[in-house]
Amino acid sequence: MNIVVCAKQVPNPEIPMGKFKIDAQALKVIPPEGIAPVISPFDEQAIEVALRIKEKNPGSKITALTVGAGSAGDILKHALSMGADEGIFLSDPAFEGSDAFGTAYILSKAIQKLGNVDLILCGRQAADWDVGQVGTLLAEDLGIPLITIARKVEVLNGKLSVERALIDGYEVLEAPMPSLVTVSNEVGLPRLPTGMGIIMAARKKVAVWKAQDMGIDVAKVGKNAARSEMVKLYIPVREAKCEMFQADTVAEATVKMAVRLREAKVI
Amino acid sequence: MAEDKGLLTIGEVANGKLAPIAAELLGIGRKLADARGDKLDMLLLGANLAEAAKQAIAYGADRVYVAENPALAEYNPDSYAAAATKVAKQLSPSILLMGQTDMGRDLAPRLAAKLGGAVSMDCTELAIEPDTKLLLATRPVFGGNANGVMRVKARPQMATIRAKSMAALEPNASRQGEVIKVDAGVDASAVKVKVTKKVKQEALGIKLEDAEFVVTGGRGMGGAEAFKSLEELARVLGGAVGATRAACDDGWVASTIQVGQTGKIVSPKLYIAVGVSGAMQHIAGCSGSKNIVAINKDPEANIFKVAHFGVVGDYKEALPAFIQKCKELLAT
Ligand SMILES: Cc1cc2nc3c(=O)[nH]c(=O)nc-3n(C[C@H](O)[C@H](O)[C@H](O)COP(=O)(O)OP(=O)(O)OC[C@H]3O[C@@H](n4cnc5c(N)ncnc54)[C@H](O)[C@@H]3O)c2cc1C
Repeated sequence: MNIVVCAKQVPNPEIPMGKFKIDAQALKVIPPEGIAPVISPFDEQAIEVALRIKEKNPGSKITALTVGAGSAGDILKHALSMGADEGIFLSDPAFEGSDAFGTAYILSKAIQKLGNVDLILCGRQAADWDVGQVGTLLAEDLGIPLITIARKVEVLNGKLSVERALIDGYEVLEAPMPSLVTVSNEVGLPRLPTGMGIIMAARKKVAVWKAQDMGIDVAKVGKNAARSEMVKLYIPVREAKCEMFQADTVAEATVKMAVRLREAKVI
Repeated sequence: MAEDKGLLTIGEVANGKLAPIAAELLGIGRKLADARGDKLDMLLLGANLAEAAKQAIAYGADRVYVAENPALAEYNPDSYAAAATKVAKQLSPSILLMGQTDMGRDLAPRLAAKLGGAVSMDCTELAIEPDTKLLLATRPVFGGNANGVMRVKARPQMATIRAKSMAALEPNASRQGEVIKVDAGVDASAVKVKVTKKVKQEALGIKLEDAEFVVTGGRGMGGAEAFKSLEELARVLGGAVGATRAACDDGWVASTIQVGQTGKIVSPKLYIAVGVSGAMQHIAGCSGSKNIVAINKDPEANIFKVAHFGVVGDYKEALPAFIQKCKELLAT
């Protein structure tokens, strides 16, 4: 099987609130100082799913793709160290400022160039702008079936069997191949790269594909092609003042809190 | 471009009744439609929609388009996408709104692609820009660390709304509106994906989304066993138990009780967070709570920045005394 995983680099999404800074004028998020960016967690889980499928279908090949600039391609090394076979960095100044439609179009052109793909996996949403659409738009561009928010993905008799996480349970869906599946955290924790994996990844070369390598119509990508524009970015004010309860013991402090909650008619 | 008019919402029906999110869509939809001088339309897809259609009018719809078809009784991504696309193309609305639900998360981007529009997902505020009459959609980004306001250039301008972020109107049974049947025949060739099974995993007792009291445990609980005391507290208060994603991912509790950006949205009278660090992605699911109590052993934890009442300490010392005192207080 040929499996493609689409992944994105994001600022570490788990930084403390106080470290999160924006440039409201430029409508940009300022990367937190001294905290390295990471692969978007759902994308890392998509790689994990690909690796599990490969384990059951020996001989499969996993290709990781990312669209971005500068160091954004570093996550491909991470994908390789986890066990992906190949990484391709889709990078061109023309891509800058692309929205989900532009990004999906770039990925679709890369996948068409690869050819013969059986399964495409994406994270359900990237942990930066939380747009949650690239996977869907990519499936639409390629004209292939799509299942979103998977908590389990299996290949059974040449078909996909996918459990889709629902707010009150899950449903099981079946799809032919090729199809695209977006992956949610319920699939379980991604594996850590092994020492050997890291060494192998360091040796592998990551290809860089530019717009012309994929026959991309540059009018369809970049900021000018975006279908939506951000007009404002701000950090919401949170004015909660926390009333802290203290006493000789923690137990006594909570008793004081319970009494206060009763007085305030909260309980 | 044809006339840039029309505001269509796509509602949802649960057990023959209009789902709360649909009433919320009509609440905000009414405001937006009035600001634009538009009619407010709602599309309902499914089977047995008569009752829900009536409710939609009571909640503010001017016209309810009813696409009834046994094949739409349960959500199938392909058949719903095909049916909704067909109706939306006929109506060609300028604005199209849905809920950020199991259905909306899946369907909205598909529709945006099929209709040539663009969608802002998981919005917490919607407004009409006075000069342009365009939709301005405010959505949390970076897990809720910031908000972005989006203006869509394509048509339809689409948005999904976060549950409980926008208020429904009081239903008015004497409101007048039209119910219009539409053809929802779906070409079988469009249906590539089959739903073979649906499994409900609802917790017993009070539903988390509806509970007045929610007791949530995080990774600080250390294991599944410790959630028993949270269940006891929930029982004492008459509420439900929630969890952070970390506690769900560790397998201590079912992932269906996850509260947060990618879990359930709750807005109880009292939210008690125990061993929860207060990551923004979690707060996204509980920031609408009237009161938040935090118990955490780390005085620097983020949760104290959003809580109203707090105790710094180990939950093992805090919970037994707190539960006991609540029992006493509630008995008087
Ligand atoms: C895109 C995205 C979406 C996400 N969606 C969600 C979501 O929907 N819901 C969600 O919850 N998370 C979500 N997350 C994850 C989120 O970022 C946090 O990782 C998660 O909420 C942390 O859970 P926690 O507070 O239980 O764990 P931790 O952050 O590990 O915090 C544990 C806390 O317990 C305290 N503690 C430890 N021991 C004790 C003790 N004995 N007594 C008292 N306190 C103790 C610690 O001081 C600490 O503050 C999402 C993340 C991403 C990237």
